[in-house]
Amino acid sequence: MDMHATKKKLGIKEKYAHMTRGLDWETSYQPMDKVFPQATFEGIKIHDWDKWEDPFRLTMDSYWKYQAEKERKLYAVLDAFAQNNGHLGLTDARYLNAIKLFLTGISPLEYVAHRGFAAAGRNFPGVGPRVACLMQSVDEMRHAQTQIHALSNYNKHYDGFHDFKHMLERVWYLSVPKSFFDDAFSAGPFEYMIAIGFSFEYVLTNLLFVPFMSGAAYNGDMATVTFGFSAQSDEARHMTLGLECIKFMLEQDPDNLPIVQKWIDKWAWRGVRVLTLVAMMMDYMLPKRVMSWKEAWEIYFEQNGGALFADLARYGITMPECLKQCSIDKEHIGHQAWATFYQYGGAAAFHTWMPSDDEMDWLSAKYPNTFDKYYRARFTHWRDEAEKGNRFYSNTLPMLCQVCQIPMLFTEPDDPTTICYRESDYDGEKYHTCSDGCKHIFDNEPQKYIQAWLPVHQIYQGNCFPEGTDPTVEGFDPLAKVLEWYHFDNGHDNLDFEGSRDQANFAAWRGMATKNT
Amino acid sequence: MEIDLRTVAIKPLRHTFDNIARRFGDKPASRYQEGTYDIQQTDIFHYRPMWEPELQLFDKRRTKVEMKDWYALKDPRQFYYGAWTIARSRQQEAADSCFEMIEDRGLVAMIPAELKQLALDVLVPMRHVEWGANMGNSYMAAYGYGTAITQPCIYHAMDHLAVAQYLTRIGLVLDGPEALDAAKDAWMTAALWQPMRRHVENVLVVQDWFEIFVAQNLVLEGLTYPLLYDYLDSEFSAKGGTAISMMTRFMTEWATETGKWVDAQIKVAAAESPENMVLISDWLKQYRAPVLEALIPISQRAFGDHAESVLAEVTAQFDARCAKLGLSV
Ligand SMILES: [Fe+2]
Ligand SMILES: [Fe+2]
Repeated sequence: MDMHATKKKLGIKEKYAHMTRGLDWETSYQPMDKVFPQATFEGIKIHDWDKWEDPFRLTMDSYWKYQAEKERKLYAVLDAFAQNNGHLGLTDARYLNAIKLFLTGISPLEYVAHRGFAAAGRNFPGVGPRVACLMQSVDEMRHAQTQIHALSNYNKHYDGFHDFKHMLERVWYLSVPKSFFDDAFSAGPFEYMIAIGFSFEYVLTNLLFVPFMSGAAYNGDMATVTFGFSAQSDEARHMTLGLECIKFMLEQDPDNLPIVQKWIDKWAWRGVRVLTLVAMMMDYMLPKRVMSWKEAWEIYFEQNGGALFADLARYGITMPECLKQCSIDKEHIGHQAWATFYQYGGAAAFHTWMPSDDEMDWLSAKYPNTFDKYYRARFTHWRDEAEKGNRFYSNTLPMLCQVCQIPMLFTEPDDPTTICYRESDYDGEKYHTCSDGCKHIFDNEPQKYIQAWLPVHQIYQGNCFPEGTDPTVEGFDPLAKVLEWYHFDNGHDNLDFEGSRDQANFAAWRGMATKNT
Repeated sequence: MEIDLRTVAIKPLRHTFDNIARRFGDKPASRYQEGTYDIQQTDIFHYRPMWEPELQLFDKRRTKVEMKDWYALKDPRQFYYGAWTIARSRQQEAADSCFEMIEDRGLVAMIPAELKQLALDVLVPMRHVEWGANMGNSYMAAYGYGTAITQPCIYHAMDHLAVAQYLTRIGLVLDGPEALDAAKDAWMTAALWQPMRRHVENVLVVQDWFEIFVAQNLVLEGLTYPLLYDYLDSEFSAKGGTAISMMTRFMTEWATETGKWVDAQIKVAAAESPENMVLISDWLKQYRAPVLEALIPISQRAFGDHAESVLAEVTAQFDARCAKLGLSV
């Protein structure tokens, strides 16, 4: 009988290889291309899946061990936060609107990411990427649920959170992040990995999660800080997976380079457009500001992202052309987006307001080239009017970009006073886009983007009213009917922060905690 | 001044999210409910999938089974991510301490040689079957309909990966890396494993996700797990191979727990309509035969002269289980 004590111990890398690599096999009773039907249609050529370098090596038993520990801690904090009325520790009830945007716009997409990674984890013919994708798939389920659970307590006390999934599918601005993920999941597995694994996780995560999480920390939102912090080690894994995936494609065949470059260009711009909502959140929605959008872009993209593209240069990848425009846009997009939401504040599921004098001074200091010159006068005027009882609400509907689905609010790169419109012809129809970046994406795949469910078009076509609505009756109020179809609690979820139920309740409840009445 | 916020008694505006209130009324909801119901998008999609342009991104037509409400298929374990991962971490701790004890005390040396060989021949190649199970369940998690059933499918996929890794570990403990190569050779070429491999590969190309659920989670697991982790396990324990039983403890417990979930899905789906009942019963018949055929050589290797009677017993229990679920066998 052989004595196992004398056997040499396996190294971690070797052991992990045994735990995963040998599991698959070349099928022979069924052809491989039937078992993996999505492996080739995008044109990516992979010659040897075994060349995949595992970006992290986690067997299921250690995965469970680490993750369970994090879950126990996270839920203990959430329970304590709920029990102790932690929400009354916020800096100001205006802050809530940032996390309303997060719950309605981001959390349901964590869920879609979960489904998309399950698909990628089924469809790649290599064990290494399959296991890594499946782990990310369960992680994303975790993120969706921990976010819903963390924000569940806010929903009990404040407006705008109450029907987030219903709203995600319908509300005009929520189609911006939703169409991003629909776009990714409807593509093949390789493009999906560039869209989510690379552009979203690797290039953009720092510009999405870090601002929300530090915003939460600055404004006393321990629930959000905790789920954000707890997700960090997951994110670290996801980022290395995205990067490994892109390198793997590029190393496998030189023919992959132009395809990958095209996807990087597309998804970088798609991502940047979604970040417009984050820019607005950072510059306007946080009572206690962390940093300006412009600063965040400079630190997290221009400095860190630059290094990333320098690293990819050895594979022949170049920085997407469209990103150059961001160094101009960073001075404007937060203000332009907030101005739009302020005007359409009747149709947003969160409150809007104009900044105070102090806040305007902060904006002037952070945006010395643009805020006073282009935005301050308009904002001051709106605020003065609101104080006189003439709060301005636009009752028209904005035109949306066919690709990113953001209202046409962006200005020409060389003229911040002219709205930028681009136009493409396809199959006898005209399609409008907000920028060269979006036009380029449209022109590359018109058959995809003509399918977009554009919320404003749909309203005009009468598809956004509750069942049984008769638009011909006298006094028909289309906006009210659309809001009903959105499941808005009209008068509570929307309109100005000033005079809102959130504002009143927060003040009253805090008063109970701080005064002897 | 430190403010004590706890002293404030606040009447909440609502107790849960509207989608949950629409289903269960506005009362405090569980984490399972809030994290599961209606989370998958159902109504509006922007683009047709390039990989299946005739359907929507999430589409009820990816299976022939029809449900008025796919959320009727709830998980009796109420697993959301946190509950699942905490439950599994406890089980893996127990499993890990078994492996550690076996390795530390050199218990492998005490396993009779023929039992060790039996485990190498029968258990270790099963890691490939587990990998197939992982693929089937990740398919269901991706293309199934409604989070109530797709969510446990991703957990089930990961569980199967874990089982594949425990089986790998058994191979490594019993004989080292060579055991894995030998098992793979057997899987690819030995007559003993070909009917099973053919069956697993056939299930890998099934497109109807609920059909995979029946083929994989009900039939294949319902027949192999009792055979290997119940009957064969008793054999190991009885003949001095307790160490092997210790290493399969996770699988035994897991099969009992997950079986309840599988039963709940089948029972509710079959009870929904006579059409569903007939469809699922037909799938049951279609997949039961090749699995039983594939299990004959494996049982012969495992139970020798008793193979036929053991397999008959396992089959009878499985048939009784299916009948209880409302299926015609
Ligand atoms: Fe995530
Ligand atoms: Fe656009």
